[in-house]
Amino acid sequence: MTMSRPTMALLLAVLAGLFTFPFYGGEFYVEMMAEMMILGIFAMSLDLLIGFTGLISFGHAAFFGFAGYMLAIVTPESEPIAIWWALPVCLAAVAVAALVIGWFSVRTSGIYFIMITLAFAQMMYYYFNENQDLGGSDGKFISWDPMVAIGDWQLLDLSDLTTLYYVCFGSLIFVYLLLTVMLNAPFGQVIRGIRANENRTRALGFATFRYKLVSFVIAGTLAGFAGFLEAVRTDFANPAYLGWHESGLVMMFVILGGMGTLYGPALGALILGLLKSEMQDYIERVNLVMGFFVIAVVLFLPHGVAGLVERLGRPKATDDGEAAP
Amino acid sequence: MDIATFLIQVLNGVQYGFMLFLVASGLTLVFGIMGIINLAHGAFYMFGAYVVYWLTDYTGSLTLGVLLGLPLVIVLGLVIERFAISYLYKRDHLYQVLLTYGLILILNEAQLEIWGTNFYSVPKPDLLSGSIPLTENLDYPVYRLFISVVCLAIVAALYLVIGRTRLGMMIRAGASDREMAQAMGINISRLFAIVFALGVALAAFSGMIGAPISSVFPGMGDQILIISFVVVVIGGIGSVKGAFIGAMVIGLADTFGKVLVPEFASIVIYAVMALVLLWRPQGLFGKA
Repeated sequence: MTMSRPTMALLLAVLAGLFTFPFYGGEFYVEMMAEMMILGIFAMSLDLLIGFTGLISFGHAAFFGFAGYMLAIVTPESEPIAIWWALPVCLAAVAVAALVIGWFSVRTSGIYFIMITLAFAQMMYYYFNENQDLGGSDGKFISWDPMVAIGDWQLLDLSDLTTLYYVCFGSLIFVYLLLTVMLNAPFGQVIRGIRANENRTRALGFATFRYKLVSFVIAGTLAGFAGFLEAVRTDFANPAYLGWHESGLVMMFVILGGMGTLYGPALGALILGLLKSEMQDYIERVNLVMGFFVIAVVLFLPHGVAGLVERLGRPKATDDGEAAP
Repeated sequence: MDIATFLIQVLNGVQYGFMLFLVASGLTLVFGIMGIINLAHGAFYMFGAYVVYWLTDYTGSLTLGVLLGLPLVIVLGLVIERFAISYLYKRDHLYQVLLTYGLILILNEAQLEIWGTNFYSVPKPDLLSGSIPLTENLDYPVYRLFISVVCLAIVAALYLVIGRTRLGMMIRAGASDREMAQAMGINISRLFAIVFALGVALAAFSGMIGAPISSVFPGMGDQILIISFVVVVIGGIGSVKGAFIGAMVIGLADTFGKVLVPEFASIVIYAVMALVLLWRPQGLFGKA
């Protein structure tokens, strides 16, 4: 992935801002930024599918919400669960769900894939929405944050806001680096090949079904990781997190930020999240504005913010001998 | 389950299937002919239901409500086609999904602004409010039969219009090769506007005639949209015949699912879809 110099500068500025934020941000905004970073992880995981593999999943929120429910299920009423248990179990459950759904969905393509992923996500949504043991449509309260400790020695207190903030910040960077390494590895070249031309990739001898399925499972599991963090942050598993409004929202992050760039979708989550929460104070019908905003982005900014930044950066790139657009 | 209950369930399933077909046919037509995936389809269904509630309340007659309301919703659909959908014809499905998702947000908020969060019911017309006795203690409402008859009539009309008329010929030509049809002198943008209006009309009309048996409530459009997707995917996207078969399968599966395995009722239809896709990934009548 090549990144122009202004983009790099912008990203470093954002990172520096995020790193120092808890020192001056104030509790309300620190909490909010933690959420935005979680959504950033969620958006990057979807970018792996949309922007790199060419699979337009419209049911990605299913994994996000499912991980939250898994945490609610494994956390006992009376005491916290060790994160060394909780996280692997939740992620494994999400990965299995992604494997099953992916196994059905990935054999289809285009519009079928969109509709099938949506239908499976709705199926999971209805399951949790109607399951009274898990609180039905009210969702389920998670009584304890997972414990990060070795023996009796507590490493991190996840109920502390600043700690949680830095956990989210570290996770965001970790997931970004993980995906970058993966995408630069041969695996990444193959899935990009699938996006560009699946038949040709298959003709080259790659079992494209398997590559797409693996990509789907990784993306689902990372979405589950984001969902796990969100459940830790809110202490709550909510059926709405599995719903298609959430899937549409994360897709919106990806497009607004610029698909196929990884950092773009995370930026998209940040921008849209801030916009939405700022508007909430002034406007009663936020979704109305959001709707028009979505349409405007589709019509006028199809390559997203990342595309815009890259375009602004391009004239400078000619100095380095690259052709002007 | 005795034979009378069984028959009633079959009737219910078939009638539900007809309703589903009416909604799903609009979705599949718009996709098959225009290549547009329209998530806002359910929102037009919802608007149909609300408009007919409002007009029936005002005029006191469901027939008048439908006759006055349908053009209103169609005009709304045409405006949306002109100012938003028409820019999407050559764009990727991803953008179509997003833009129509934006439309849902707007239309849902508009519904809340105009009609609020209350549930409403629409009275059946007097003429059709009776029921037919089947056995001593079981009877079947006339209105449900009426819906099935109307749906059958619309199936036949659709079949005739698309298969036998000049407009239908143009629609089929536009669907199979857009550029060539245009070169032959067909005004594609007007044709697409007509098709989109037809899709909107089908969705809104289903919402209207369905209003007396299911109440009118916020979010009803989202619900029907997802089920229509399942129907369309089973039948094969773009195939009207497939939508019909898919609607019947889902109508019956859902009705019997609710009776036989009530705790899993909401999952049955998705399981049916998964099975069909395992067997035929492109749906029953879809082109690979």
